[in-house]
Amino acid sequence: MTEVLKAPLVVEFPFTRSLGPVQSAFLTGLRERVVLGVRTGDGRVLVPPVEYDPVTSEEIGELVEVAPTGTVTTWAWNHEPRRGQPLDTPFAWVLVRLDGADTALLHALDAPGGPDSVRTGTRVRVRWAEDRSGAITDIACFEPYESPNPHELRDPYSGGAAALVGSDGRFEDPVTGIVAPARLDYTYSPGRAQSAYIRSLADRRVVGERCPSCRKVYVPPRGACPTCGVATSEQVEVGPRGTVTTYCIVNIKATHTANLDIEVPYVYAHIALDGADLALHGRIGGIPYDQVRMGLRVEPVWSEAGGHPDHYRPTGEPDADYETYKELL
Amino acid sequence: MPAPRPLRDIAVVAFAQTDHRRTSDDLSEVEMLMPVLHRVLARTGLKTGDIGFTCSGSTDYLAGRAFSFTMALDGVGAWPPISESHVEMDGAWALYEAWTKLLTGDADTALVYAYGKSSPGSVRDVLTRQLDPYYVAPLWPDSIALAALQAQALIDAGDTDEPALAAVASRSRASATDNPHAQLRGSVPRGDYAVRPLRTGDCPPIGDGAAAVILAAGDRARDLCERPAWIRGIDHRIEAHGLGVRDLTDSPSTRLAAERAGAFERPLDTAELHAPFSSQEVVLRKTLRLDDGVDVNPSGGALAANPVMAAGLIRIGEAAARIGRGASDRALAHATSGPCLQQNLVAVLEGDPR
Ligand SMILES: [Zn+2]
Repeated sequence: MTEVLKAPLVVEFPFTRSLGPVQSAFLTGLRERVVLGVRTGDGRVLVPPVEYDPVTSEEIGELVEVAPTGTVTTWAWNHEPRRGQPLDTPFAWVLVRLDGADTALLHALDAPGGPDSVRTGTRVRVRWAEDRSGAITDIACFEPYESPNPHELRDPYSGGAAALVGSDGRFEDPVTGIVAPARLDYTYSPGRAQSAYIRSLADRRVVGERCPSCRKVYVPPRGACPTCGVATSEQVEVGPRGTVTTYCIVNIKATHTANLDIEVPYVYAHIALDGADLALHGRIGGIPYDQVRMGLRVEPVWSEAGGHPDHYRPTGEPDADYETYKELL
Repeated sequence: MPAPRPLRDIAVVAFAQTDHRRTSDDLSEVEMLMPVLHRVLARTGLKTGDIGFTCSGSTDYLAGRAFSFTMALDGVGAWPPISESHVEMDGAWALYEAWTKLLTGDADTALVYAYGKSSPGSVRDVLTRQLDPYYVAPLWPDSIALAALQAQALIDAGDTDEPALAAVASRSRASATDNPHAQLRGSVPRGDYAVRPLRTGDCPPIGDGAAAVILAAGDRARDLCERPAWIRGIDHRIEAHGLGVRDLTDSPSTRLAAERAGAFERPLDTAELHAPFSSQEVVLRKTLRLDDGVDVNPSGGALAANPVMAAGLIRIGEAAARIGRGASDRALAHATSGPCLQQNLVAVLEGDPR
């Protein structure tokens, strides 16, 4: 059995999301250093605010400013911050009920005193990020806040009373969407059958696998016969020559950097390699695009870089009879 | 209010699972899944073509392979085309869909399977992508961090403490000694803090695995199985998605699902709970009012093997297998999804009187 292949795989893309009116007000407020909640039908104030009442599912929208100070309702000490988290030094995850709110907000608490300095009930205040764009990360984190009386609202900046700025939730230039980048790292392994297939490509051989039940040869093999639902294992070398069973003419220039040299139009085809019971696909070269046809006999042109054939070109043989490939379209 | 009785008698008649392992990088998903499908079919003598409906649960995010569930379908033998569906959820919810399909009378048998390969990625981080994308996901709070917030809330409420959590973990791994499929069994150290107050021993093992169940209705079930595990009720409910809106020490959605499934109508002898973290078993025991007369997680539960997307289905399979071999007459099976027990499914299974 050949050793399985592995390679790093990074899946990374930005999600662009539009905001409802309540989310827009909340995130715009953070940009302006104001925290807003929303009032439910039964008078509770939800922070962070949502568009619909979580109990009654009624649409809600009455915005209420709350203080940038609050109380920890539960916490967890994170001694090894991970990528993307709010702080890169040890911190506490916290749920914080801000003064004036009835529900709690998830964020990080920068507690230089370590886990022994944090408890449920710890008083905290918002530490604003320097650059704010209208996102939950406009709150850089929370920080401990010594207040003689937790029921007294105090401005964390002036030290005076009344941290509220009197916002009605309306702002100039409100944010209407967020872009949330996501990145996940994997170590990809294609499994037994595909590893064997990829290894044989390195020797410029195309090796499929035969179903022990229906005897069909699958190229590339995926380890199972989709008709019979059994494992394939008998390796069968196919090709190198094959027949174009069907094709299309591509008029859109490739954007992937590996394919920038390919001029349009070009032909992309289903190719049944001799001995295979499933067509694979590849680009056809070495012939004007408008002369490619069903039944055209082709052979692989291997790339210096290894891997799959760069493209297939005509062999010059007579075209294959339709009857020989009609099941492989 | 008594739970409504199902319109049709539907039972779990067969169950199979892989040995759950830290990594299965020698196998693609279909290569990992296929032997389980063959085993579960062999237990009933059915072939793919005999199955009325097929439903699966998995997520492409785990292994980073787009459309992996269509590749996995190769292992079923889906040609000529079969009646088939997929949920991007734990297989327990695929079982719920299959149960519904059988209730309609459209099918008499169903194959339900689920698989998850956590080894290619970092499941702690992958699971952040299921969170609220506006207020929570941008902070990347990993699955252990969120469970730890719940654990601290339980400690503050006096529902548990760190030694009690350690006892949950060690009892689970001791029970798993008899489970040949378990990944973590026997004596497992409490370990250091992963995210305090949870230690590594309070967290589930990370691993790859698959499971499959066959459902059958009425006499078909009796033909296929010596002692079918009849689904007397099954229901699933969800909490508000905002973590700070919920009381993390309770699980009203589990309780409601259990009521609707008829769990409280008569005593249970077994409960298979999907509690990936030791602290979550504390919540579920309290919510479901399980007393010492109930054998909780005789399989070892998710603390012994937690193939994500399959671990909930495995709870139903384990409970059914226990009924099948006469070790239980009335069992509860629970599955969860999302952070801090956000969504919960409860099934009540019974064997015929002996
Ligand atoms: Zn076959």
